[in-house]
Amino acid sequence: MLWLRTLILGIKSLLLHPLRSLLTVLGIFIGVASVIWLLAIGEGISRKAQEQIESLGADNIIVRTIKPPNEVLSQGNQGGRGMQVPEYGLTREDFARLSETIPTVVQAIPVREVRETFQNASRKVDGRLVGCTSDYIEITKQQLFEGRFLDEMDDSKLRDFCVLASKTAEILFPYEDPIGRLVRIGENYNFTVIGVMQSRAPSAAAGGSLDSQDFSYDIYIPINTFRARIGDTVVRRLSGSFEGQTVQLNQITLKVDSVENVTETAEIIKLDLAAHHKYEDYGITVPLELLEQAKTTRLMFNIFMGLMAGISLVVGGIGIMNIMLATVTERTREIGIRRALGARQGDIIRQFLIETIVLSIVGGGLGILVGLTCGPATTFAMLLLKTFKPDVVASLPAIIQEMKPIIVYWSIPLAFCISLVIGVVFGLYPAVRAASMDPIEALRHE
Amino acid sequence: MPEPNHPEPAEYAALLSGVTREYVLKGETVRALRGIDLKVPRGDFVAIMGASGSGKSTLLNLLGCLDRPTAGTILLGNDDVTRLDDAALSEIRGSRIGFVFQSYNLIQQLTVIENIEVPLFYQKNVTSKSRKRCIELAKMVGLGDRLSHRPTQLSGGQQQRVAIARSLVNDPYFILADEPTGNLDSVTTLEILDLLDRLNSEGRTIILVTHEDEVGARSRRIVRLRDGQVESDKRLAEIPDLPDPPKPASRA
Repeated sequence: MLWLRTLILGIKSLLLHPLRSLLTVLGIFIGVASVIWLLAIGEGISRKAQEQIESLGADNIIVRTIKPPNEVLSQGNQGGRGMQVPEYGLTREDFARLSETIPTVVQAIPVREVRETFQNASRKVDGRLVGCTSDYIEITKQQLFEGRFLDEMDDSKLRDFCVLASKTAEILFPYEDPIGRLVRIGENYNFTVIGVMQSRAPSAAAGGSLDSQDFSYDIYIPINTFRARIGDTVVRRLSGSFEGQTVQLNQITLKVDSVENVTETAEIIKLDLAAHHKYEDYGITVPLELLEQAKTTRLMFNIFMGLMAGISLVVGGIGIMNIMLATVTERTREIGIRRALGARQGDIIRQFLIETIVLSIVGGGLGILVGLTCGPATTFAMLLLKTFKPDVVASLPAIIQEMKPIIVYWSIPLAFCISLVIGVVFGLYPAVRAASMDPIEALRHE
Repeated sequence: MPEPNHPEPAEYAALLSGVTREYVLKGETVRALRGIDLKVPRGDFVAIMGASGSGKSTLLNLLGCLDRPTAGTILLGNDDVTRLDDAALSEIRGSRIGFVFQSYNLIQQLTVIENIEVPLFYQKNVTSKSRKRCIELAKMVGLGDRLSHRPTQLSGGQQQRVAIARSLVNDPYFILADEPTGNLDSVTTLEILDLLDRLNSEGRTIILVTHEDEVGARSRRIVRLRDGQVESDKRLAEIPDLPDPPKPASRA
């Protein structure tokens, strides 16, 4: 009852100066809204990163060939003829050994890749020619759009069949159904299209490369066909000189029987490869480890964002304190009257404290409401940016372009509590100052 | 005034003996009151007069429990207020003293009826019954039709009437009026003095601080202060024998 009446009184006093109250509320409002927004954006970005990592598969271990520095390579190939093509990377022997000797590995998929030019009559596209087995589609979590994927028969019979990724199909066959048509790969070979993949978001970088893997411009052919037609050695003519390399396999994806065994298996693979390779011409990616790293990064990110929002809340609180101190001075006379009419110091503290709490709760409440509009607002902002500054948007990393803010459920009670605490903390000093005024002096105040 | 929590009505509304009050101002001791003895019987109407600097305001602050004496004792009704702490003094102010100020001192954001209610609010005594009593008091001072007006919508005289109604709401030992007509024109001054007369004739004790002789002349007794001491204490009229003052609906 007493609190209710004090509350009504406080609201009345605040409404005496509506503009001033509104401006005071603004600080807390911005602070709370930014707590929710920043946390939602941080969450959106890290969720996206996590999705990309998860698309590599938490129970997979990915070993990729990495080209070692040239000086290391020339050491390894001493005493050759005039033009030596460097040989490095994972071998078919590695593949056989890893897939057969480690009991926790239930599936292993070899992959060979090379940059190539694909042609259909006059239409050309540069992309990645991937030699793989039938399991590739499953382990990269892709889906077919039409036709079928490569199978074991295609591989063992060295068939010249290929499956196109979505963008490749779009560019080479814009108007017709590609199934059954021929695609020229490189300069010498024609492959028959048997399937088209659905488009797929890029996944996280694997094997030490910094770029995320983009599957859009791929063509998949059976790995044995790859070996038979293209071979291990690829030579490229570059402005008068030759550059070439001999690589047996670019990637081996190993599926582990259970997630608990992933870390241990990765250790074994590391030791095994270290024992069989002269130098480090491979990289090991463990998506599970990436996932854990991403979680740490996300925590750091949230702390950082929270800190920034916290600063704006403190600034808002100082704004409230400033106004309340001015209000206390302005209402000295009223305080004197109330004290003369029987108000104890506690009554005065309560009155002013309630006013600041009302201010901060109203600010916090509005901040929460606006914070909840984060999703649509970001979409709208992106749309504006795309319309007026498309080049700026294009230069942003994909993870930010495709980011959707996700409101963190605990940020709402958190923001509310913070605004309440700020109301109390920053209201206390002005209230105590009001209460400790000498009633005689206060009554005399003009 | 008979009260459930004050079974024996005190003979004196206020009783001061040997009251001194000293301030330390810039290292120098200022002796504002130098031994005041004053007895204010129930039903009296005392005018405290004196030049500025005579100690009037200090005495008023002590009577109003806004301050504590350096030495001496102060009894208000049945309560010894000499050594009470701030919270206890607030309690006495709110429950047993009716303040009327020169500048009315109403709270701007409250209506007439809410202003009258303020002392009860701090006594945690706001009920529908008390609301009725506040309306009666507003009617008594002639503002029955202005209950929901705000102070800025009232004239000075009307505001002072509200203040007088407010001073009565807690059924005080005495009304403590500090230059209640200081801001009013002569016609309104007379109205307010008539109202105070009427309240006194109904048995209410009034202590009035003024420097105007005409105002002092309306009281029953004039106490003159000079240099912090009582210079003269002159009775103008006897206190009427009113054993049973009218009971405005008892305090909840």
